[in-house]
Amino acid sequence: MNLLRVRGLEVSFRMGEGEVPAVRGISFDIEKGEAFALVGESGAGKSVTALSVMSLLPPKKAIGPSGSILFRGKELVGAPEEEIRKIRGEGIGMIFQEPMTSLNPLHTVEKQISESLLLYAEHSRDEARAQTIELLKIVRLPDAEQRLSSYPHQLSGGQRQRVMIAMALANEPELLIADEPTTALDVTIQAEILELLKDLQQRFDMSLFLITHDLNIVRRMADRVGVMRNGEIVETGDVERIFSDPGHEYTRYLLESEPKGTPGFETGERNIVVRSENLKVYFPVYRGILRRVKGYVKAVDGITVEVKEGRTVGLVGESGSGKTTFGLALLRLVSSSGSILYEGRELQGLKSRRVRPLRREMQVVFQDPYESLNPRLTVGQIVDEGLRAHRIGRTSDERLRLIEEVLDEVGLKPSYIHRYPHEFSGGERQRISIARALVLRPRFLVLDEPTSALDRSIQTQIIDLLLQLQKRHNLAYLFISHDLRVVRALSHEIVVIREGVVVEQGETREIFKNPKHSYTKTLIKAAFELESGEKKSDYY
Amino acid sequence: MGEGRMLKRIKNPVSRRRIQNFIGNRRAYISLYVFLTLFIIGLLAELVANDKPILVSFQGKLHFPVFKAYLETDFGGDFEIETEYHDPYIRGLIEENGWMLWPVIRFRYDTIDYELDVPAPAPPSRTHLLGTDDGGHDVAALILYGFRVSVLFGIVLTIFSTIIGVTAGAVQGYFGGLLDLIFQRFIEMWSSLPALYLIIIITSIIQPTFGLLLVVLLLFRWLSLVGVVRAEFLRVRNFEFVKAARALGVSNRTIIFRHILPNAMVSTFTFLPFILNGSIIALTSLDFLGLGLPPGSPSLGRLLAQGKANLQAPWLGITSFVVISVMLSLLVFIGEGIRDAFDPRRQLG
Repeated sequence: MNLLRVRGLEVSFRMGEGEVPAVRGISFDIEKGEAFALVGESGAGKSVTALSVMSLLPPKKAIGPSGSILFRGKELVGAPEEEIRKIRGEGIGMIFQEPMTSLNPLHTVEKQISESLLLYAEHSRDEARAQTIELLKIVRLPDAEQRLSSYPHQLSGGQRQRVMIAMALANEPELLIADEPTTALDVTIQAEILELLKDLQQRFDMSLFLITHDLNIVRRMADRVGVMRNGEIVETGDVERIFSDPGHEYTRYLLESEPKGTPGFETGERNIVVRSENLKVYFPVYRGILRRVKGYVKAVDGITVEVKEGRTVGLVGESGSGKTTFGLALLRLVSSSGSILYEGRELQGLKSRRVRPLRREMQVVFQDPYESLNPRLTVGQIVDEGLRAHRIGRTSDERLRLIEEVLDEVGLKPSYIHRYPHEFSGGERQRISIARALVLRPRFLVLDEPTSALDRSIQTQIIDLLLQLQKRHNLAYLFISHDLRVVRALSHEIVVIREGVVVEQGETREIFKNPKHSYTKTLIKAAFELESGEKKSDYY
Repeated sequence: MGEGRMLKRIKNPVSRRRIQNFIGNRRAYISLYVFLTLFIIGLLAELVANDKPILVSFQGKLHFPVFKAYLETDFGGDFEIETEYHDPYIRGLIEENGWMLWPVIRFRYDTIDYELDVPAPAPPSRTHLLGTDDGGHDVAALILYGFRVSVLFGIVLTIFSTIIGVTAGAVQGYFGGLLDLIFQRFIEMWSSLPALYLIIIITSIIQPTFGLLLVVLLLFRWLSLVGVVRAEFLRVRNFEFVKAARALGVSNRTIIFRHILPNAMVSTFTFLPFILNGSIIALTSLDFLGLGLPPGSPSLGRLLAQGKANLQAPWLGITSFVVISVMLSLLVFIGEGIRDAFDPRRQLG
C-alpha cells in the first residue's frame, strides 16, 4: 500500500471577490522509503500541495483542499482537527524553506525540539533532553550538548536548518516533507544539508516528499519526480527517465533552461573602465558606555579588481562575504578607503556634487526586483528618473522617446509606460530595473545578483539579454553572484572572495579548469557535483 | 454612488487598494459621511443658527440681513442702529410690509434671550430645543458654533504640527548621525517641559485668543509625529529603490520627496485622525479649565464647565457630553478605518 496517496487534490485562494485556483486536481503516490520530488517554477502550486497534506493552509483565504489525501490509508481531507494534529505530530514531519523565520526566536534549541517530544511521546524531561541531544547528533550539529541552550540567532543558517530537521525527526515520522529545504542557504551548506537528508532518509527508512525548483537537487535526491506547472502535474516518472527522455514539452523546457555556455574567450587589448585598488570597507564596532570604537568588521578588506570595456568580471562569494558591499563601494554608495579609478580618474575624495555627473556612466541593477522599484511610480516615471536627474532630453517628448527606446531594447512593450510595477512578473520587473540603468547609457554596470530571485528559465532570458546588451554597447559588467553556474555563463574573469578577501582571481576558464585554492574547489564541487550528468572536466 | 467611477480614476494601485479597503469598512465610511455632514453644517452655522433672518422681504424688496447690516430706519424704525429683528416692534413693522425667513435656530451663540419665562439656565422648550445656559444663550446654537471652532482649531493645529513634525522627523531620519543625535536630545528635553503649567502662565499674562492658543499648543504638539516619521525614514532609506535612486545620481531633495516621504506618510496618515482628536481635546480641556478661548466665545469646553457648575440644569452637561463624545468617536472610527486601509497585510473582504 502507498504511504501517501493523493487523488484529485484541488485548492483555490480567495482574492478579493474572485477565486484563484492554485492546485487543479493533481494525483500522485509516495511509496514507503521512497523519495518523491515535486519540481516546478514559482507559482506552480508545489508548496500549496505540501501544506494541504499537512492541513496547514490558511483557513480564511484557502478554499479546499478537496479531493482525497490518504496517509496510511486514512483520509486526511475533512478529518477532525484532533486526528490531523496527531498525524502532524507523529506521522509526518515538515521542514520549511526559511530557517530564519521558521524557528521561534525566543526559544532555545532544546525547547524547540523537546516541545513535540513532550507533547506526543510523553517523555519525562530528562528523557526528552537525552533524546534531543541524540537528535542533534543525528543531524550532525557540532557540540550538540552546548547548543541546547543556544537561541536561533546564535546559529548560522545551515545550523538552523539542521535544528529544523531535528525537530521534524523528533517523533520519527514516516514521511518527511521538505519544502525548498536549501534554497535560502549557501551552495556549500546546501550540499551538506542535502547529503544529510539523503542519509537520514535511508537510515530511518523514511519517505521523503521534496519540493524544489532546482532540477539538480531533484536529480541528486529523488527516486521519482512530478513536474508541476500552473497547479497541474504535467508529467510523473522515474528521475532517470525524466532526465534522459522527458515526455512533456514543459519538462524539456525546464531541462533546457539551465544556464549554459560561456561568454566566449578572446584576447586583445581593451580599455580599463573601472579599477579598484586595495579597496577597504570597515564598519566600526562600538562598545562600552562611551560607545567608543573597539574594532572593525572588515566587510571588504583590500580588493583589487579591474573591469574592462565589453567584459564581465564575476564576483563570487557566499552570503556575508562582502561582495555586495564591494559593489556599492565601487559606486561610492558606501564609504570606503583605498583607490577607485574610473577611466583613470580617482573617485575617492571627490565631493558628492562632483560624483553626480559620473553616476550617469556607472549604474547598478539590484537583486530583488520587488524591492528595487518604487511601487508608487509608473514604469515611465521609474525610467524617467535618471533622465531628469541628469537633465537628459530637453523636452518631455524627447525623454518619452528615449524611454520607449530603452524599454524596447530590454524586451518590454513601450505601452507599459503607464503601468505600475505590481502588474509585472519578477523577470519583467528585472527588465525594468535594467532599463532604468540603461537609459542613461552607462559604460559600467554593477549587477548585484540580478538573477537570483528569478526562476531558472527566466534567469536564462535575463542572462541572454545582459550578454546582448554588453555586446551592443560595449558595457563593462561587475557581476555579483553566489551562483557559479550563472557566473560561468556571463563572466570573462572571476574573482572569488571570502570574508572580504580575494581568495582567487583569474580567467573564468582557468579557474574552472584548474582551481588553485581549496575554497574555490569546494565552491565548484558544491555547485556542479549536483549535475551528475557532467563530468569534472566538463565544468567549463 | 459613483464609488466605482471614482476608483477607476485613481490609477496608482496602492492608493486604489487603500480607498477600496476604506470604503469596505462600513463603520469608518459612514462615520466619515456623518462627520463631513456635521462639519459642513458647522461651517454654515450662520445660516442655521442666527439672530437675524436669512431673507427679509420688505415693501417688495429683498434684504439679506445675514450678510449685510441694515439700520432699523431701513425698515421704518426710529433709531439709526443695526436692526434688532427679535424686537417685537421691528418684527411687527416688517411683517406688515412683507415677510421674514428665519434660520432653523433663531439665536446666535452670543444672543441673549431676554424673553425667557424662567430664570436662566432655562430647560428645553419650544423656542430653545436644548435649553439655554446660565447667560440665556441658546445651547443648540452654542453647540453648533462650538463644534465648528473645535474642529477648525483641531484641523489647523493638526496641519501645522504635522508639517513641523514630519519635517523634523524627515531631516533626522534621512541624514542621521550627529544631527539626529543632537535633535533627539533636544526633543527629549523639550518634551519634559511641563506644558500645562507653561500654558497657564502664558494665558495668565496675555489674554488668550484663537491664534495664541494655537501657537502655544503647537509648541508641544508637533513632537508627537517626529518619532514615527524618523523611524519610517530610517527604514525606507535602506530600501533598494532608494539605493537605486542614489546610484542614478538623484538629489537628496528628490529622493526625500519622491521616494521616501510618500512611503513614510503612510504611518503619518494613520496618526492624523488621532492627532486631530488630541488637538480638539486639548482645546476643550483648556476651555473647561477656563484657560482657553476668551469669555463669550462659543466653546464646548466652556459649556461642559457650565454643566458642572449648574448640576440642577442637566441638559447643559448631557448635551455637551453627547456632542463631544460623538465627535471624538466619529474621528476615532475614521482613524481606525484609515489605519486598517493603510495596513498592507489586510486584503479586501
